[in-house]
Amino acid sequence: MTATPVLALRGISKRFGAVQALTDVELEVHAGEVVALVGDNGAGKSTLVKTIAGVGPADDGVIEWRGEQVRVERPHDAQALGIATVYQDLALCDNIDVVGNLFLGREITRAGILDEVEMERRSRELLETLSIRIPSVRIPIASLSGGQRQTVAIARSMLGEPGLVILDEPTAALGVEQTAQVLDLVERLRERGLAVVLISHNMADVKAVADRVAVLRLGRNNGTFDVATTSQEDIISAITGATDNAVTRRKARTSDAEDQK
Amino acid sequence: MTTDLNTPADEPEPRDHAATTAAEADAGTGTTGTTGSTGTTSGTASATTEATHSATETASAAATGAAQPGSSAARPIKGAPVAPGAVAAIDPRLLVRERGFKGYLQEFGRKLRGGELGSVPVVVGLAIIWAVFQWKDSAFLSPKNLSDLSIYIVGTGMISVGIVLVLLLGEIDLSVGSVSGLAAAILAVLYVNEGMSEWLAILIALSAGAAAGALHGFFFARIGVPAFVVTLAGLLAWNGLMLQVLGTTGTINLDRDSFIVYLTSHYFVYIAVAYGVAGLAVASFLAAQLLDARRRQAAGVPSRPLSEILVRTAVLAVLAFAVAWRLNEYKGLPLALLIFLVVLIAYDVLLRRTRFGRKVFAVGGGVEAARRAGINVTLVRITVFAISGLMASVGGLFIASRIAAANQGAGTGNLLMEAIAAAVIGGTSLFGGRGSVWSALLGMLVIGSIASGMALLGIEASVQYMITGGVLLAAVVIDSVSRRTQRSAGRG
Repeated sequence: MTATPVLALRGISKRFGAVQALTDVELEVHAGEVVALVGDNGAGKSTLVKTIAGVGPADDGVIEWRGEQVRVERPHDAQALGIATVYQDLALCDNIDVVGNLFLGREITRAGILDEVEMERRSRELLETLSIRIPSVRIPIASLSGGQRQTVAIARSMLGEPGLVILDEPTAALGVEQTAQVLDLVERLRERGLAVVLISHNMADVKAVADRVAVLRLGRNNGTFDVATTSQEDIISAITGATDNAVTRRKARTSDAEDQK
Repeated sequence: MTTDLNTPADEPEPRDHAATTAAEADAGTGTTGTTGSTGTTSGTASATTEATHSATETASAAATGAAQPGSSAARPIKGAPVAPGAVAAIDPRLLVRERGFKGYLQEFGRKLRGGELGSVPVVVGLAIIWAVFQWKDSAFLSPKNLSDLSIYIVGTGMISVGIVLVLLLGEIDLSVGSVSGLAAAILAVLYVNEGMSEWLAILIALSAGAAAGALHGFFFARIGVPAFVVTLAGLLAWNGLMLQVLGTTGTINLDRDSFIVYLTSHYFVYIAVAYGVAGLAVASFLAAQLLDARRRQAAGVPSRPLSEILVRTAVLAVLAFAVAWRLNEYKGLPLALLIFLVVLIAYDVLLRRTRFGRKVFAVGGGVEAARRAGINVTLVRITVFAISGLMASVGGLFIASRIAAANQGAGTGNLLMEAIAAAVIGGTSLFGGRGSVWSALLGMLVIGSIASGMALLGIEASVQYMITGGVLLAAVVIDSVSRRTQRSAGRG
């Protein structure tokens, strides 16, 4: 692991009116590492991502990009740094074909005219390197399945040659096989040396692909765990904030029942 | 989590689905062609096994020119050499399209069944309308009537071009009628009453239209007032301003020798002009298609087969030369029609082949997605409304040119409704994101044909309005139903 993290957040705070959404949050992501960001609903995951992506800048705190302090005020700033964010939904235009969506906002032109041939060639190249399989690059996004759309959305984030990719619940609302496809893709991103922040509610996904897990609870850090050496129970207790929680109680109940048999 | 995505065990389900879809499309076109390389109509099993073996095999079979109508070329690849990228990108689940003309027909049939009707309903409707009127009165398709029709549609058609752009955003502009009247009034007052140079007057009239549109865009995009209300306010306000500009004069006649009247009264009497324009259009179309196909082959991406290019060019050639021949029977190619066609081509290129056009479609397809892709949604919206205002004033000038006057009734009546109806009848969706500027031409041809045919038959305006209303309703029904079909076919 490299000494300088690709992205480091120091003491990030953010408030909405009377609500302190984030308090002194710290986060480090290194190149070639998948960091899962977990937490219950309202823990501040999305708010934290928005501060990184420039959608909702933090009130307080420092963002360091490759060791240097930077300001991320607008989505454009984040993109310029090399931070690509893939949102759960709303990321693609249904009426535009795959090539158009991949290059949306950064079309290749030749003398002011869109260079469809070059864009199509590069799209195929990109989809091929990421081993993404879709029926055709010239059909509207509307004809793709949920998993295919998600992979296209992730592929699009790769076009800007980012250093960090943030995936906001990429597997929510996906089927078993489609989830596997997306997780495969996440691993391929890591193999290419990118830093990945994965937001997920699904512990199985987190255990499957993440290297480290950063837990947020009520807008504060509640521990960072190494996935390989930490049990799922420990992570869940960090998320819920107690070793005695609904999940452990249920587990105790069911194991008691088994003991009695 | 090292599952290979390509392992057969992973994907039989979607593959079956694709094969079925292809087979359905096959049946839909009514051809006897078969799907899947083994040439069986029960495409499911064979397609699955075949595809599983190797996509490369399939592709190379296509590349070596196995032209029998059973080869499962994913998309037609012309010529033997295929870049490695193209081979690997072929997916066995692709909707199979056969090579050559038959494959073209099949894909067309599949699109129709999927609800991608495009301009098919309006072309069919236009053919029926023309057949009925020609049957009732043989003067309908006479050179004079067609020539008059071609000039009549230009004014409202120009306005409709702007409406198409606004509809692509999923919005509406109700002010275009008033803006067109205002532009005509400004021109007439500055040029005739104030004695200003005609060019300057035209420039000011057009700028006023664009500024009015930009103002609507500002209130809609920046302040967040619904476009419907903003432009409704514009409808009233600009009409009021027009009356004020015209003042007590009421009607201002335009000089018969002025450039503005020349716009719709000039014909290129030399028959060579009409034929030359038709020939030029066909030749440029063919050249552009061939160049594109060659570039695509060089880049290793699928290109249109030569047969398809030739068929398309032939259809265009027949249409272009038929129109040229008919117009030459009368006074020749009208200048107004030529300008309209040039404008249409320019906007078509703008929408389909430039970044701006892509942004318009993106905003129409999903505002949030467009915003997150870094598109300045506010700017796109204001620009589109400004274009709508500009085209409204262009249309207003052409209408004033045709009647050689600016009067208090300009831009009122059913002009606004006709402009919007034309865009919708022509196939541009009211729901945003789908359509083309050619619908302005097609829709205006329908509306203009009904008006002109009714006038020939001596039917009253009351009946004409009712029939045009019925056509508009039919067009919106087709739009809604095709949208629903697209949803169910997974193409919404």
